[in-house]
Amino acid sequence: MRPLFVNIGERTNVTGSARFRKLIEAGDYPAALEVARQQVAAGAQVIDVNMDEGLLDSARAMTTFLNLIAAEPDIARVPIMVDSSKWEVIEAGLKCVQGKAIVNSISLKEGEAKFLADARRCLSYGAAVVVMAFDEQGQADTRARKVAICERAYRLLTETAGFAPEDVIFDPNIFAVATGLEEHNNYAVDFIEATRAIKQQLPYARVSGGVSNISFGFRGNEPVRRAMHSVFLYHAIAAGMDMGIVNAGELPLYDEIEPELREAVEDVILNRRPDATERLVELAPRYKGGKSVEKTPDVAWRAAPVGARLEHALVHGIGDHIEADVEEARLAASRPLDVIEGPLMAGMNVVGDLFGAGKMFLPQVVKSARVMKQAVGYLLPFMEAESAGKPRSSAGRILMATVKGDVHDIGKNIVGVVLQCNDYEVVDLGVMVPADRILDEAQRVKADMVGLSGLITPSLDEMVFVAREMERRGFDVPLLIGGATTSRTHTAVKIEPAYQRGSTTYVTDASRAVGVVGALMSTSERPKAEAATRAEYARIREQFGRGQQAKNRTGLAEARARKYAIDWSDYRPSAPSFLGTRAFGPYDLAELVRYIDWTPFFATWELVGRYPAILEDDVVGEAARGLFADAQAMLKKIVGERWFEARGVVGFWPANASGDDIVLWTDETRASERARLFTLRQQMAKSEGKANLALADFVAPIGEGADYLGGFAVTAGHGEAEIVRRFKAAGDDYSAILATSLADRLAEAFAEALHHRVRAELWGYAPGEPFDIEAMLAERYRGIRPAPGYPAQPDHTEKRTLFRLLEAEAAARIELTESCAMTPPASVSGLYFAHPEAHYFGVGKIERDQAQDYARRKGWPLAEAERWLAPILNYDPERAAA
Amino acid sequence: MNRDDRIAALKAAARERILILDGSWGVYLQRRGLEEADFRGERFAAHAHPLKGDFDVLCLTRPEVVTEVHDAYFEAGADIAQTNTFNANAISQADYGLEGEVRAINLAAAQLGRAAADRWTQKTPQKPRFVAGSLGPTNRTLSISPDVNDPGARTVTFDEVYSIYAEQARALHEGGVDIFLIETVFDTLNAKAAIKAILDLEAEGLAPLPIWISGTITDRSGRTLSGQTVEAFWNSVRHARPFAVGLNCALGAELMRPHIAELARIADTLVAAYPNAGLPNAFGEYDEGPEETACHLEEWARSGLVNILGGCCGTTPDHIRHVAESVEGVAPRELPERPKALRLSGLEAFELA
Repeated sequence: MRPLFVNIGERTNVTGSARFRKLIEAGDYPAALEVARQQVAAGAQVIDVNMDEGLLDSARAMTTFLNLIAAEPDIARVPIMVDSSKWEVIEAGLKCVQGKAIVNSISLKEGEAKFLADARRCLSYGAAVVVMAFDEQGQADTRARKVAICERAYRLLTETAGFAPEDVIFDPNIFAVATGLEEHNNYAVDFIEATRAIKQQLPYARVSGGVSNISFGFRGNEPVRRAMHSVFLYHAIAAGMDMGIVNAGELPLYDEIEPELREAVEDVILNRRPDATERLVELAPRYKGGKSVEKTPDVAWRAAPVGARLEHALVHGIGDHIEADVEEARLAASRPLDVIEGPLMAGMNVVGDLFGAGKMFLPQVVKSARVMKQAVGYLLPFMEAESAGKPRSSAGRILMATVKGDVHDIGKNIVGVVLQCNDYEVVDLGVMVPADRILDEAQRVKADMVGLSGLITPSLDEMVFVAREMERRGFDVPLLIGGATTSRTHTAVKIEPAYQRGSTTYVTDASRAVGVVGALMSTSERPKAEAATRAEYARIREQFGRGQQAKNRTGLAEARARKYAIDWSDYRPSAPSFLGTRAFGPYDLAELVRYIDWTPFFATWELVGRYPAILEDDVVGEAARGLFADAQAMLKKIVGERWFEARGVVGFWPANASGDDIVLWTDETRASERARLFTLRQQMAKSEGKANLALADFVAPIGEGADYLGGFAVTAGHGEAEIVRRFKAAGDDYSAILATSLADRLAEAFAEALHHRVRAELWGYAPGEPFDIEAMLAERYRGIRPAPGYPAQPDHTEKRTLFRLLEAEAAARIELTESCAMTPPASVSGLYFAHPEAHYFGVGKIERDQAQDYARRKGWPLAEAERWLAPILNYDPERAAA
Repeated sequence: MNRDDRIAALKAAARERILILDGSWGVYLQRRGLEEADFRGERFAAHAHPLKGDFDVLCLTRPEVVTEVHDAYFEAGADIAQTNTFNANAISQADYGLEGEVRAINLAAAQLGRAAADRWTQKTPQKPRFVAGSLGPTNRTLSISPDVNDPGARTVTFDEVYSIYAEQARALHEGGVDIFLIETVFDTLNAKAAIKAILDLEAEGLAPLPIWISGTITDRSGRTLSGQTVEAFWNSVRHARPFAVGLNCALGAELMRPHIAELARIADTLVAAYPNAGLPNAFGEYDEGPEETACHLEEWARSGLVNILGGCCGTTPDHIRHVAESVEGVAPRELPERPKALRLSGLEAFELA
């Protein structure tokens, strides 16, 4: 890999990212790891980790976070930049990284002796080093001082400390320009020119910098800031800047910045005219939050020959002229089939290549497939009319299904479309398909491969069952596993051993599906691919087995003794505005739109990045903008034409905790029990002062106050199935998937909107809470709404109690499948907790003592508890029972 | 010869020919059928822990057996002997309750190796012999959690690993070894602790010795147990400016070859390899015969991949004899000139050229 400019991920930095700081302060390391993972996925080639926050034990946070990263191959594959102004924090970090890291930073601020000592210590840990242009006199601001300090440091490092010059990176200080102070106006030029001199005079040394400083004066105006970063980098890179701490995903291309804005920014960066700052300040408000104007469609491609036009239409997903073009091609061809196998397949191959090379993205590919279907649909009648027309052979036949008890199929549909694009025939059995039907159909259609999908945890067991049935019935075709709860580890440990006659492969996402299926369909590649997967899974099992042996766990009794202790004497619970349930619906869809969280919408389409920054991403931005425009257009119709109907129900009950249970009372006398919700408690070993949490901890125990609990179930999915069916029948998978993904978003938005009303009005413990979507999506409000089946309460069956209490079937027409999946699939349910200290957490793995206790409380045989809790058991039930 | 002369002779020899390291100790010692009493000797007759299996303690309790192994390998044609100290660190010896004897074991081991090497150098002055002080990986890992549910957990700290290596290296140095051999590295962070411990000895006034770092690719995935590729591993340890870098253990020659070839391409220092005698059979024994091992390694030598060859698990003096004979006269690998570039690593290598 030889990058021209190295993007250093900046978001795992508590001084630069408020969100990351909050996660670290709250000890939410799983979410903090997600931040790191997203950065790497979005293209960061090095990640900067900084824990310099006054209230944090920075060295400890650094150690904890880097040790956790070491366990995440997706993140740990890139080098780490250990960033701190304190040597002890840097050293703590260096003690956790096996790779060659970069230290950020050391400087001459405290003199040569300290500088050399730090440098030698970095060397003994094998780290490269960032040197700030900072000396005993202070930070260098002019070109001359920057160069002089860097030169002095370079000599000391390479001649005295024994540093390799290629391991030295200079940070010649990027300072804000256009601040209104005249002496700041030349800062960017100083940096750029210093960079040029350093690269010329100090062989092999590198130049880096924190780019966002440059635009500090324009805080709050992100479009202008991004333009400034982009223009600054354009010139700094040309001068030799090698790397930067930068949110690469958010930078516009230099060429695509509005010319007027670009020129004004360039005047500022290059300090080209005395009034540059005033002019930019004047111009800036016009760009604040504004998107660039829509381009007029480019029609030049219509002039090309028909083959090129078909390719263009496929690659760009344009269906407007496809039938006319196909007709023209058909007239020129000897048989209609030749049009498919000639120009159309050639076009789809281009699509496949671009997708494989990361130059096209999922939404674009799915659009291409729609155009292809349109083209084939047009040709079908001609092919049928032609007596010689025999069925075309495909690259392979893949049978896919969402397993019994599960209703989610968006991921599976996307995989199906992508495979069809690559000339595979896909037989999709839909959702809730029992094992025997999957296998009967696989035999009947002579499937070359079987793909299973599932979203909720009970589906994992069902997949193991399907695999076992394949073994028993003598199948030997490859089995593919995918879906949100599936994982490589689960596939390796549970599924693959059940199916020995054939191979089992976990498929991370749709982008990987083509490669996996292609390898498995190829007679030459298949043995290699299967052997590699088998070896990998054997290793995962071994690692998993090893991990299972050593444990650092807490017994249930001790965990309970370490519950989250709330001082209830100090707490006055608010009474909800009503007790019992209240139905809402049909709810105003237009009201829901503003509550939509778009980031997960893009994730569904395998576009990684945060909204709205993703729209400006220099890699996926174009795909994201296209998808977003289509989504907005469809959303307008969904709302205007009432495609979907949103219904929900909310309930409140007097409640008190009783151990790990939450008792709901029939009325305020709190004398007779109406229902009981069960919660699970964390059993990981925790450090002193950290609680082993259960949701029951957030409700006042019996005798300690008149507390309450709420619950809800909402759906935006009524009508979705019909809309999707219509799109599919018309061959428009793109719109079908788009509709499903929007229904999912609307359901989540409904949950968000209702929770807001609950806080402000229905329960009313936070009256007057304003509408602030960013605060809401960042969960900056009082109270939580955890859902059964999710980390805070992994037992899906608690939904049955909740649904009974809410009478959700009657009130919102949402039903539960035997695996407790909600149908319609675009539904959300959960519990409301009001206490200010209530927060989200993950139960993690539990021990046998808790499984036994939980079974007793729920009135289940142990085996039943172990079945529902299978994914979180920290032991092997079969071995434990023996 | 004093140590400076020997190190100069070692470097000169490495320019002229492929150097031969000795082979496995386990096979040899197991064949001797040593019993608990042999391991205990008089010194540990009353020791509370059973000691059978602690091969390193034999340096103190049966020194003549250790000398016998050195002689057998020098006789077979080895240029370099490893000290019998693979597990002679405080973490590994704690399993036997001998963490207090680490210094004594290493000192004795280095002295035994030194004496044997000097005797053979006198016998064949045209072929001087050297002693490499072996620093094994310990049975703890700094990069991997012992608990799947708590991926951030560690059973040992960097500082602990650092200090046990410092203790071991100090005694090996004092006992007279010519080289530090950090070997069977399955977790690069452990190796980095060892490197730092060794580099820091200089600050105590000890003369620097050549360092040889030997990683272990655990399986066909081509990665170390801690997940690094060969190139990432090299980038992680290059700051030690090692005399040699290489691979050993886990794989036989056949499966190790691509990884050695990769190292040969990227490492601007000597490349060393000492594979197992094939892969273990169902009984955990190694079946690959001396001719077969020699045949593989000769091909590596002729292809210009290596500077030092030897054997790991399952190899015997007979294997080493065959290897030494079959590569005699074959030119050692020439060191590649690599352009200077910022080379970093996570689990994978990163290069900014």
